[in-house]
Amino acid sequence: MASRVIMPKLTDSMEEGVVVKWRKAEGERVESGDVLAEIETDKAVMDLEAFASGTLRKILVPEGTTVPSGTLIGVIGESDEDIRGILAGAQPSAARPSAPRPSPAAVASPEEDKRASPRVRTLAREHGIDLKAVKGSGPGGRIIERDLEPFLTKKEQPTVREVPLSQMRKAIVRMTTQSKAPVPHFYVTIEVEMAEGLRVIEESKKAAPSSPISINHLLIAAAARALRQHQGLNASFAGETIRLFSSIDIGIAVALEDGLIVPVLRDCGSKTLAQIAEAERALVARARGRDLSPEEYTGATFLISNLGKFDVESFIAVILPPAAAALAVGSVREVPVVRDGRVEVGHRMMLTLSCDHRVIDGAVAAQFLQTFKQALERARDL
Amino acid sequence: MAESGWAGEMKATYREALNQALREEMRRDDRVFLIGEDVAYYQGAFKISKGFLEEFGSRRVVDTPITELGFTGLAIGAAMAGLRPVVEVMTFNFAILAMDQIVNNAAKIRYMSGGQLSVPIVIRGPGSAAHQLAAQHSQSLEAWFCHVPGLKVVAPATPHDAKGLIKSAIRDENPVIFIEAQLLYPMQGEIGDGDYTIPLGVAEVKRPGTDVTLIAYSKMLLVALEAAEKLAQEGIQAEVVDPRTLRPLDLTTLAASAKKTGKVVVVEEGWPFAGLGAQIAESLYRQVFDYLDGPIVRVTGRDAPMPYARDLEDAAIPDADQVVAAAHQVLYRT
Repeated sequence: MASRVIMPKLTDSMEEGVVVKWRKAEGERVESGDVLAEIETDKAVMDLEAFASGTLRKILVPEGTTVPSGTLIGVIGESDEDIRGILAGAQPSAARPSAPRPSPAAVASPEEDKRASPRVRTLAREHGIDLKAVKGSGPGGRIIERDLEPFLTKKEQPTVREVPLSQMRKAIVRMTTQSKAPVPHFYVTIEVEMAEGLRVIEESKKAAPSSPISINHLLIAAAARALRQHQGLNASFAGETIRLFSSIDIGIAVALEDGLIVPVLRDCGSKTLAQIAEAERALVARARGRDLSPEEYTGATFLISNLGKFDVESFIAVILPPAAAALAVGSVREVPVVRDGRVEVGHRMMLTLSCDHRVIDGAVAAQFLQTFKQALERARDL
Repeated sequence: MAESGWAGEMKATYREALNQALREEMRRDDRVFLIGEDVAYYQGAFKISKGFLEEFGSRRVVDTPITELGFTGLAIGAAMAGLRPVVEVMTFNFAILAMDQIVNNAAKIRYMSGGQLSVPIVIRGPGSAAHQLAAQHSQSLEAWFCHVPGLKVVAPATPHDAKGLIKSAIRDENPVIFIEAQLLYPMQGEIGDGDYTIPLGVAEVKRPGTDVTLIAYSKMLLVALEAAEKLAQEGIQAEVVDPRTLRPLDLTTLAASAKKTGKVVVVEEGWPFAGLGAQIAESLYRQVFDYLDGPIVRVTGRDAPMPYARDLEDAAIPDADQVVAAAHQVLYRT
């Protein structure tokens, strides 16, 4: 009489098993006690022994397949026996006393019969998630995709996005690495009182509301004055020589949506504050409009980068050759300052000068900053 | 609307796109002719055939009496005899009068003649509601036509699609029901340059997204796109898919989107019972059941004759807020 081969329940916690390997082929003679197949449980790979003798007539579950305990995985019978009844029958027989065999009804225990959306069942199958561990938040406790999120591996959502380099970004990469690696940077920081500078700006807003003076204009004018006095900073390292420039050409870093550009304001040393303001406005407007020709954004002898509007206290700028120094400007902050033993409200701004040590030494940089500070603190004289 | 102005123009209204496409087809193939009420001297009730009588003459731009059954039958006969008629129905509400010719002749002649005869006809005109045209003149009847084997049904939403699809419809060997919309006629959009076609039966993802699929066609595409914009403000990325052709339906594209998001909303202006959304949902259930995170939700017109009162009319037609609410529902965010 034909005998069913069932996925056994080999441990208490075993709900399903994998047929790792069939040790007998279809049509092969089998004696009771022979190893029929290797079964992987949740704990180990174990041998499945035949409980009947005869011919392995049918293999129903291919190698590598996972099926619940109690599933019919093969049939042993006489070689000429009609096994269609067994193959068609849904109920496993009770003919195998030594292997306790849960009925299909028992496999589908109430707690496993949780409501889950089709998508959840598919995802659970694909990711090997046990839905018993998942709490459903959908209608009637239905497990929905959202409930699975903590269990899903991240691989579906790429965490990295590759953005091709724009031409501008390529230029920034080239310029900054050509600077930072070979140029020995050092940094000097100073704090400037901006009360008078702010007054100058306020007054200019009243006098000429459409074209007021800005902090940048004051910075450029102060830088021009300080560079006139400390010509060693308006310079460039040229291998065997140090190049001193007679024209003070100041580059202003302008942030654009996808990068930055540094338009150059020429000959600031011979310009008044009003001329600087006018020239800067026109140049920056054209920079924002991406309307500059290459000679308008190359060859600065000194650089100013102002992140003040982003509420930055201080930062350090990268020098872009041929310039030998770059000034990083922070926000004007209201801070308590002690003056003559009394606490007052100060309007302070931090300036950090990055210097190319091949051209500029620390004391020279400090003297330059002192001059710069004095010029700004007497903004009315600019 | 100078003729020479068309060539190379990249922006056009839906109305201009149809005018341009029909004109190009009539120039390309002298078997193509336009027939319907007021298409010639009046240049079409909605001015789709502006300038046609002048260019093509009364033999190819044919005014008819108010006799939908008669002139549709006449055109079907002309198609069987080798011409390629384009029938303009003033609106699809009036195509009801021609249903016997459309359903019993246009759709069946090829089958019943064993392939000896074919009916390369296009029946076109506006469907759906405009403003306050009341119960008899505001209907979305696409489901009626989609029901019939032997008919193809197209309902483009953009000027670009209208131009490319009407050309494919005219060149098709089988009867095509081509449903426009009065409220789409003045809509502007980019259109392809010159002679291009868009194959029948190909949907298009009009806005890519990952979180929920909104399926909508004709006027409702614009509603769905508006809803997608609102959803984006909440951080929900809706994918908007326009089937464009309703029969044969491009289930592959719809199913791919549904499989990706697992959440589907189908929007249609027509009535809910046995509406097109019911068919789309059923097709998707069969194809991607295992990938759906919940029941497909339909947004439809109200199950009632269209009211005349403007506020009631507005309430009877799906709007972006209803689509947003439906998206929330499939996303379990209600």
